[in-house]
Amino acid sequence: MQKNILEYLEKTAITYTDKLAFSNGKDGLTFGEVYKRSRAIGSFLCDNGYYREPIAVIMDKHPNVLTAFWGCVYAGCFYACIDEKMPQARVLAIFEKLLPRAIICDARNYKLASSLGVEKIYLYDDIVTHPENEDALEKIRIKQSSTDAIYVAFTSGSTGTPKGVVACHRSVIDYTESICDALGFSENTVFANQTPLYFDAPLKEIMPTLKLGATTYFVPKMLFSFPIKLIEYLDEYKINTVCWVVSALVQISSLGALESHAPKYIETVCFGSELFPRKQYDLWRAALPNARFFNLYGPTEATGMSCYWAADRELMPDEPIPIGRPFDNTDIILLDENNRSADEGEICIRGTCLTMGYYNDPEKTSAVFTQNPLNTAYGEQIYRTGDIGRINERGELVFLCRKDSQIKHMGHRIELGEIEAAALKSENVRMACCVYDNNAKRIVLFYVGKSESKVLFAHLMTLLPRYMMPAELVMLDVMPLTPNGKIDRKGLREKAENKN
Amino acid sequence: MEKLLKILNDLHPEVDFEANESLVDDGILDSLDIVSLVTEIYAEFDVTIPAEEIVPENFNSAKALMALITKIDEE
Repeated sequence: MQKNILEYLEKTAITYTDKLAFSNGKDGLTFGEVYKRSRAIGSFLCDNGYYREPIAVIMDKHPNVLTAFWGCVYAGCFYACIDEKMPQARVLAIFEKLLPRAIICDARNYKLASSLGVEKIYLYDDIVTHPENEDALEKIRIKQSSTDAIYVAFTSGSTGTPKGVVACHRSVIDYTESICDALGFSENTVFANQTPLYFDAPLKEIMPTLKLGATTYFVPKMLFSFPIKLIEYLDEYKINTVCWVVSALVQISSLGALESHAPKYIETVCFGSELFPRKQYDLWRAALPNARFFNLYGPTEATGMSCYWAADRELMPDEPIPIGRPFDNTDIILLDENNRSADEGEICIRGTCLTMGYYNDPEKTSAVFTQNPLNTAYGEQIYRTGDIGRINERGELVFLCRKDSQIKHMGHRIELGEIEAAALKSENVRMACCVYDNNAKRIVLFYVGKSESKVLFAHLMTLLPRYMMPAELVMLDVMPLTPNGKIDRKGLREKAENKN
Repeated sequence: MEKLLKILNDLHPEVDFEANESLVDDGILDSLDIVSLVTEIYAEFDVTIPAEEIVPENFNSAKALMALITKIDEE
């Protein structure tokens, strides 16, 4: 029985020793190298007394980062990858929860890493040459269980503090097995990874690569602004599979690049995290008539993706793209307001894919990881996604809306409350209400206060990652209220949406 | 040029677009900004930037972008 994700690596490092595993086009690592480096870092951490604790990783996106991750796992620790572009204040907020004793970083992020008050900062290049301690790694493995943590992935929190989702071997193995089966990946799959490494999204490419001996390219972020250059990159490396957020696909199709430059080798297109505008979806289908398309859906709290729809039929003109059905070994139940099973209700997930909750946050954990209300006989946990879904007449699951003010923007999951909390940290802002303009895909912040919008913008830049920055700040004399005295969010959203 | 600077400043009030000549290389303009720019330029100048011209060289500075708009407009 497999109990550790590293068993994938240990097999492929033998079968595919010299095959390219991960590359950014310039630098690449073979499976043999990934194995050696991960074990060296694991041995270093172990020899320095780190065990069953978080290690923060702050590095630019590069194949080496993965070996830092798996080094932590070899040592019996778990990693927390920090977005190196995140403002220092937000990293500090994360560290207040995480309390890491050590950071692994690269030379470029050393200054940031040193500014965070963490006991030890290790440079990747220094520790990757550490001699392997085979005995120690073996002892750690014997003690290990599949319920041990692998990583903590931080996601936006509505009160202003990010929440750290803890995933363990068991759920990641379950996810890896089911996604490989459902989407038909193989050792010949060549992925072009788009998503950053600091959350669960890249598991889609990384774990199947590790399990099957496939290859993943990390596409330079800049290329996503320039569609033809991006397609040339896909062709150059004979990429046959992309699992991207919708906005990245829309970027190519909406700027008119598909007509003249359809990518040559693409066989599989997975998309998700946001609604795919039908016009853009149709452009992709037309440009790649032989490719397989999959809509994926799933929250970080259930490890990665939980559902898929294989685009196996034509959709009605105004029909939303379904999220289909759950992966094998995962079950979806829809619960109505009275916690009864319904055809339309909150999407709740049960199965081995569930993560272990939020790090150092029992309150937030117990609010959404709850007992299955349909089962009163024994302990059975479900995760309540906060998404509302329904079952269509074909038995497919369809996403309808959110229960709260969480949004998906450029593939990132954002709590509008976190942006409001950041604005309210300025002493010149008295009230703040953040809305999402669904038409133009813009975040708009309305506020009441003395702060000039330019000044407030600069203030927000110090607290929020780039992708959470509002596209527009609107100063109001008074905040519009609903009859029962709450901020009129709906009215403000309409105001933002009708402006353009 | 003023119209273009206004579009750019609306996107990034914190940037001096008259001076900066590495908007792409410094990571100031991201992919969403590029889409917004192409859309706004169409709305303001009635100029459609073809996919072939959406390359870093044309977006690194306000000057380069203005030159591109003028070039397409004249064609």
